Amino acid sequence: MKSDNFEFKLVEDFASADFVFDAYADTLENLFIACATACFTAMTDPRLVEPKLKYDISVSGENLNELLYNYIAELIYLKDTEKIFLSSFEVRISEDRQSLYSVVKGEAIDYNKHVIKTDVKAVTYHALEIKKHDGGFMTRMVLDL
Amino acid sequence: MKKNRIDQFIWEIPPDQKPGMRVPARIVASEKLMDQMDEGVFNQVTNVACLPGIRQYAWCMPDGHWGYGFPIGGVAAFDLEEGVISPGGIGFDINCGVRLIRTNLTETEVKPRLKELVDMLFRNIPAGVGKSGSVSINRKEFESLITLGAQWCHKNGYAWEQDIDHIEQRGRLPDSDPSAVSEKAVKRGIDQIGTLGSGNHYLEVQTVRFDEDCDRKSAGLLGIEEPGQITVMIHCGSRGFGHQIGTDYLQSFGPAMKRYGITTNDRELACAPINSPEGKQYFGAMACAANAAFANRQVITHHVRQSFEKVFAKPADRLGMNLVYDVAHNIAKLETYNIDDRPTKLLVHRKGATRAFGPDNQALSDLFRQTGQPVLVGGSMQTGSYLLLGTRKAEELTFGSTCHGAGRVMSRSAARKRVRGSDLLEQMQASGIYVRTASFSGLAEEAGFAYKDVSDVVNTVHSLGISKKAARFLPLANIKG
Repeated sequence: MKSDNFEFKLVEDFASADFVFDAYADTLENLFIACATACFTAMTDPRLVEPKLKYDISVSGENLNELLYNYIAELIYLKDTEKIFLSSFEVRISEDRQSLYSVVKGEAIDYNKHVIKTDVKAVTYHALEIKKHDGGFMTRMVLDL
Repeated sequence: MKKNRIDQFIWEIPPDQKPGMRVPARIVASEKLMDQMDEGVFNQVTNVACLPGIRQYAWCMPDGHWGYGFPIGGVAAFDLEEGVISPGGIGFDINCGVRLIRTNLTETEVKPRLKELVDMLFRNIPAGVGKSGSVSINRKEFESLITLGAQWCHKNGYAWEQDIDHIEQRGRLPDSDPSAVSEKAVKRGIDQIGTLGSGNHYLEVQTVRFDEDCDRKSAGLLGIEEPGQITVMIHCGSRGFGHQIGTDYLQSFGPAMKRYGITTNDRELACAPINSPEGKQYFGAMACAANAAFANRQVITHHVRQSFEKVFAKPADRLGMNLVYDVAHNIAKLETYNIDDRPTKLLVHRKGATRAFGPDNQALSDLFRQTGQPVLVGGSMQTGSYLLLGTRKAEELTFGSTCHGAGRVMSRSAARKRVRGSDLLEQMQASGIYVRTASFSGLAEEAGFAYKDVSDVVNTVHSLGISKKAARFLPLANIKG
């Protein structure tokens, strides 16, 4: 999937039972949004998920990789406890890159309205490493399905 | 990486093949399965061989494939003094496992009512993302459930008394510590007891077959008696509760590793000394998740029995719906093995591998002292599954472990490209398998061609002698999460 500011590509020849993708973006914030969008793309078609419910999230981590892991873990937790799909993400990362504030929007999971794909159990650290790439950033991410 | 064939079915990677390897890595496989093995497996199993306190060998079973941290199919045992416990050696779906229920019904009796039966099962057993289960309990009762496991189900009317003896470790890990479980894990899991989940989890109505080399006498002792007999197989785990515990501890083990001076080749192998406060906490939390998974499969069993009762208008006990067995295939257990001719207590990690204790093992109920422990191996939804029996050779060779399933050979996205879920459903129905699914794309990801041939996997462990074939099951209907 590609938007103006980010892109993620599925990776087929890696950790075969899992949802694996490479995310690319112009900024760190957009890289986090790319990973969040990919996570919900594993479970549904986010284009059919309306931004009816809004949640404010604060997450911290010792470094950027941990911050991203904790952010995606928080979204998976919200999905299970609120029984929602998310489709809209705004992210603001602190200057020291150890915390972020995010506003996320979505709606209650509806089997009559939404595309139902495979549940994401967890985000993993396997191959997760945020790197500079082509004037922006990239990372690989493996989600356990 | 050099792989020396040291037996017809065992390949060894010596410690000089990667810096830091403390023991050799060993892969159980036929030549064909070795050729199909992902390259990632060899890298991951040798990473496991580098972990502190590992004993003898880092093993990978013939259904092995590329995971995160440990390979799927990984087995490793650690010394209690020097060794570590690793969430990546257990998986996020703690105590993902399989159970098998027998019936007195035959294929001829069930086939005319199959659609009605499966539609009823699909209504009564929630499957797919975002579903809640039928068990509504408060926080205090949930703590009791994660402490008592399947035994909570017996106290609360979801289990028959005799079920408990037919579950690995009687459906309850004794070392559970609810204080080691986060509030988030409780919130994620409290309403999911009795749900199937998603991914490769399923409930299958099956019919019995016997290959020539099956031990029919032992199968009969376990209640699997005749070809055409109907069975039900359930594959699922601890749901969001276990997934959150894995997520929490993978994170907290990062700083713990720094404190204990442990480095690993993959952050997914994050670990802590077994004897450290962090290691003990994770072990206690993992036991809670294992107990939740035993309870989850037991509540599903309750609904399976109720559904059969309604459709066949007979009580479940008169339909002979006894539990054959329930195995965990993502777990760490304290077990004793001979190391240098001395009985030594070890922490055995099994990630996509099944315990396979032989006859007379003290840990087994009397019921299984003659046959050996039942082992349940789920194949792909198009090909079938097996009942195996544990052996003494498994105890001597592979830390009492054997395979758990077919093992993937194709990624989910590649499978989706090759077949549409709706087309696959039609193909399966044309071949006599009735399917209900929460997700068509999820169905395509589980197509038979995405997996190794389960018979190749089972024939390998049978020929090596780390388990023995007792019966085979063909799918008649499948509910997929």
